[in-house]
Amino acid sequence: MAAPARIEVPRRPARFGQSSRTDPWWAAPTVVFIVLSAFVIYSIWAALQGRDYRWGPYLSPLYSPELFGGPHAFIGGKPGWWPDWLFWSPAILILWAPAGLRVTCYYYRGAYYKAFWADPPSCSVGEPRQSYRGENSFPLILQNVHRYFIYLGLIYLVFLLHDAWEGLWFPNPATGHRVFGVGVGSIVLIVNMTLLSGYSFGCHSLRHLVGGYLKQLSGCPVRARLFGCASAFNRRHMLWAWMSLCFVAFTDIYVRLCAMGIWTDWRIF
Amino acid sequence: MTATTATFSIWRGDRQGGKLVEYQTEIAEGMVVLDAVRRIQADQANDLAVRWNCKAGKCGSCAAEINGKPRLMCMTRLSDVPTNRPILVEPMRTFPLIRDLVTDVSWNFEKKRTVRKFTPRKPDAPDGTWRMAQIDVDRVQEFRKCIECFLCQNVCHVLRDHQLFDEYIGPRLLTHSAALEMHPLDSDHRLSDLRFTQGIGYCNITKCCTKVCPEEIKITDNAIIPLKERLVDRYFDPVAWLFGAGR
Repeated sequence: MAAPARIEVPRRPARFGQSSRTDPWWAAPTVVFIVLSAFVIYSIWAALQGRDYRWGPYLSPLYSPELFGGPHAFIGGKPGWWPDWLFWSPAILILWAPAGLRVTCYYYRGAYYKAFWADPPSCSVGEPRQSYRGENSFPLILQNVHRYFIYLGLIYLVFLLHDAWEGLWFPNPATGHRVFGVGVGSIVLIVNMTLLSGYSFGCHSLRHLVGGYLKQLSGCPVRARLFGCASAFNRRHMLWAWMSLCFVAFTDIYVRLCAMGIWTDWRIF
Repeated sequence: MTATTATFSIWRGDRQGGKLVEYQTEIAEGMVVLDAVRRIQADQANDLAVRWNCKAGKCGSCAAEINGKPRLMCMTRLSDVPTNRPILVEPMRTFPLIRDLVTDVSWNFEKKRTVRKFTPRKPDAPDGTWRMAQIDVDRVQEFRKCIECFLCQNVCHVLRDHQLFDEYIGPRLLTHSAALEMHPLDSDHRLSDLRFTQGIGYCNITKCCTKVCPEEIKITDNAIIPLKERLVDRYFDPVAWLFGAGR
């Protein structure tokens, strides 16, 4: 089919950043760029520290699940097969999965294509490049792996639920036993798990897998209910994405500063 | 708001060229951009080409770009745009210009013919009728709100900036495909076309189409991404193949 003639409007955006828009279109992608960059830099720094990620019953989400590393790790200490020349941190082994979930997330894809790649910088604003392949070919066709990361993400949620529960049991130095209690950190861990659950349950891939793939939901009441729930979370997926992202960083900061003795964790009871 | 004067900077020209021309006109409370443009057409520029019909956001005829944003002129209240500077009114930039604010959107209708038609399954009842549950109809009902204003096609950067008219059908027609693919009675398969000839992979989910839709259809979340997920079932997910998904 023949393409239509190019529109002959001289003021058509052709150059990078050119637009007739009179609103501050650059504001949203700039905020996305700053917040995402800050999170990536901070989380890499925190993951490479390899210490101060646990305080009392609290475990930083950047180090959860702690498979190898400290005395509370699920499997044991630093694995023997880990090369001596390679830097070691318990976060290195597990952080790739949540990172992969965020990188391949449909919401974040649209956001960082705009903010980091200017493809486009914003709606109806000129782009820096003429060529375009989209997600039609390598490498971006690999984004289709997203559903495998949500499988892993759901498993991680179980560990975060475990962490939140553990965060309610404080060691009693007098008896050596653990007693139930609630500290500010306990609430921080519970809120973190809740936000990450809201983000994961609204995942577009999960929504498809629990029932969206069907033409007729009427014959599958359980799937219809699950699809309805996933759709409800999905309607605010962007909000869940940002809240959970920021709160993961805050939770790590909270645990880290408590472990460093800079902040005091207040016990509510 | 009492009657006051506002300046409109309206694109005047054709395929050979043109320029922005400023007009001043009186505006009053409750007016939309189309009202002002029609007043300018009546009082100052009788030859101004502008397409409109229903004035109620249901025909999609008056799609244009107001202050650089793709919008329907009849649904853009003057109280929602700053009137202390000229209000910019331009034609949609993605489609060939006919004259002034009127563009040729026929490419969309031609491209629509490439989408496989609705093909109902065999009738459910001996009298040749079908049965559908409301829950199954609800999902595709959203897509039927589309008024074909083509603002989504206009704002999509794949068509607007990269001009991939041969390789990509655009958000409007992806929504049309989704309405058919998800229809409880339809029995045809469109995934192969969507991947290999209609270029769904070009969509990079920037959601500009959703933002400009006057019917507030969640084009990206409810139409394009579900289609992309069906493509993953069919072409990219070996686990889904084991369960026979995407066939």
